[in-house]
Amino acid sequence: MKVGLFIPCYIDQFYPKVAIATLKLLQNVGCEVDYPLQQTCCGQPMANSGYEHLTGGCNENFVRNFSGYDYIVSPSGSCTLHIKHHLHASNESEASSIRSRIYELTEFLTDVVKVSSLKATFPYRVGLHQSCHGQRGLHLAQMSELMAPPFSKPAQLLNLVDGLDLVQLDRRDECCGFGGTFCVTEEAVSAKMGKDRVADHLRHGVNYITGVDVSCLMHLEGILKRANSAVQVKHIAEILTATV
Amino acid sequence: MNQLNLDHASAAVAFNKDEPRVDWHDETLWFVRTKRDRAAAQLPEWEQLREAASQIKNHVLSNMHDLLAQFEENAKRNGITVHWAENADEHNAIIHKLIQDAGVTRMVKSKSMLTEECHLNDYLTRHGIEVIDSDLGERIVQMRKEPPSHIVLPAIHLKKSDVGETFHEHLGTEKGATDPQYLTEAARQHLRDTFLTRKVALTGVNFAIAETGGFVVCTNEGNADMGAHLADVHIAAMGFEKIIPRAEHLGVFLRLLARSATGQPITTFSSHFHRPRPGQEMHIVIVDNGRSRQLGRPDFRNSLKCIRCAACLNTCPVYRRSGGHSYHSAIAGPIGSILAPNLDMKLNADLPFASTLCGSCSNVCPVKIDIHDQLYKWRQVLMKEGYGPGGKTAAMKAMATVLESPSLYRMAGKIGRGVLRFTPVLAENRFNPWYNQREMPEPPAESFRDWYINNKKA
Repeated sequence: MKVGLFIPCYIDQFYPKVAIATLKLLQNVGCEVDYPLQQTCCGQPMANSGYEHLTGGCNENFVRNFSGYDYIVSPSGSCTLHIKHHLHASNESEASSIRSRIYELTEFLTDVVKVSSLKATFPYRVGLHQSCHGQRGLHLAQMSELMAPPFSKPAQLLNLVDGLDLVQLDRRDECCGFGGTFCVTEEAVSAKMGKDRVADHLRHGVNYITGVDVSCLMHLEGILKRANSAVQVKHIAEILTATV
Repeated sequence: MNQLNLDHASAAVAFNKDEPRVDWHDETLWFVRTKRDRAAAQLPEWEQLREAASQIKNHVLSNMHDLLAQFEENAKRNGITVHWAENADEHNAIIHKLIQDAGVTRMVKSKSMLTEECHLNDYLTRHGIEVIDSDLGERIVQMRKEPPSHIVLPAIHLKKSDVGETFHEHLGTEKGATDPQYLTEAARQHLRDTFLTRKVALTGVNFAIAETGGFVVCTNEGNADMGAHLADVHIAAMGFEKIIPRAEHLGVFLRLLARSATGQPITTFSSHFHRPRPGQEMHIVIVDNGRSRQLGRPDFRNSLKCIRCAACLNTCPVYRRSGGHSYHSAIAGPIGSILAPNLDMKLNADLPFASTLCGSCSNVCPVKIDIHDQLYKWRQVLMKEGYGPGGKTAAMKAMATVLESPSLYRMAGKIGRGVLRFTPVLAENRFNPWYNQREMPEPPAESFRDWYINNKKA
């Protein structure tokens, strides 16, 4: 199957190692992966700020880059959700087709590839941050608000990793407070939410915090580093490709 | 507390100056959320109940006129006088007139968020009428000349010691008292005297039933009953969306309301009022105040399904860390943020942005209002209407120009990473809100695209 790899702009620029891990992971499970070179951004920074009407250019560029693939896969729940809900273009039939063929990385692995084993080792205590757009928007995991059977696609994959000790948090799916431009326009609440999330992971003695969205992890990393913490963040793709 | 004069973000900065208090506020409300979870989990049919409630409310929104007309007819037949108020001023004037007609200058009132929305207390006070709120939490904030900070728990922002101070000043309790039983007893004695001497009592309405012409008021303190049963005139004020078609639908809503609100199976009192007792007058004031306008907005009409349980406030990570007063609106939290722009877009343009769009609100909501989607949609409306902060539109246009062009995007990325690598001071300074409490990410030498081009064939 031919996969178009969508790497969100901030991962491309600031976390290339996450994109590299994603590429390797997809290749490891047998996908033919292509990275369209003219891709930029999904448009979410403008749209969540109330300027969806300025995202036409990003949308057209996205459709130009991602037409013709069997699947489009991205290591970001948030950007995937944005495309799924808001991608419209002059070629609307193509846009609609992309909306139905885009997957966040972990759901692609569990639902399409149906991965049942991984050659990965990561002998550490790990806390999973359930990023909201992936969890509540894409239903990557059962949310605590609903009275329904639990499941978690990211946790399902992490449990395939040798040596990994996944901790249970006090608040298993509270928002970290990143929230796009919220992180600067509402800096006080954003930072407090981040500190509280980090504290939950630290209380449970984690070595690493992981998740499906680098944006949340970047925010949590900024807080950990300011506190001179030894705890590090890693995107789930980095852990699922980790070897000793 | 001057939080009310600030926009949400600035008020949140003020609230966060006392971090231990923020932690206390957060944990107190999270405790309520976990009580709600435990109560909901005890009903295997919880999600079906939510769906039923949502569908009943959808039916109500689509049949509003007919249901209200049916309610009016039945209420009149029961001997209730029905008044219609187009806006807050009419609502306040009608109630003022009823108090004047009763020949009194004092009224006791149980909890009604509608009267907060209409600023009834201010209005009546200006016209020489004394109003005493009889809900304990509301009485506390009334003494402090503050608005409620939460629609179910009006004084949740206050600690026992704050209440002790307030009661010492207003009720003469011992200075420094913090014992809840002692303080509650003082309030009880004070309110008992109020109930016994007021001829006019006002209550809110939780549910008005079209088929019976009766209405239901839910309280934990019994204060609505104390007021209404002892008064010669009972006035009930309701926003028109409180209507439900049939009495049997109470079986859905009463099971959801208190579980969602506080984790109780049901409120201590669910008081059903159908007709005035002999010699009593009963009035109901049905208020629009922008609700028709909201009903006419396809993207936002669902906000009128709200039963005011406050589950979305309790679950909201932003509300818990910014406090109810930071929303500078009668109804705080996520639901308030989608209702308030309908009342005044300019004044409330900041509220839909006081959210990370995490979606917890929509999923905890017992009537399935798509709150976080409406927050997103309000953002679009408000920015299109020009209510954004100065310079934001220009900045967003510049951002869009860069992000829609592959070459500009790559150039900007390269420059940005270069700046962070070689002159980090340009980002790591006090003018960068990110840097205030967080380190910047470490910029790599090459982007993924650079790496991909160099390594693809390898």
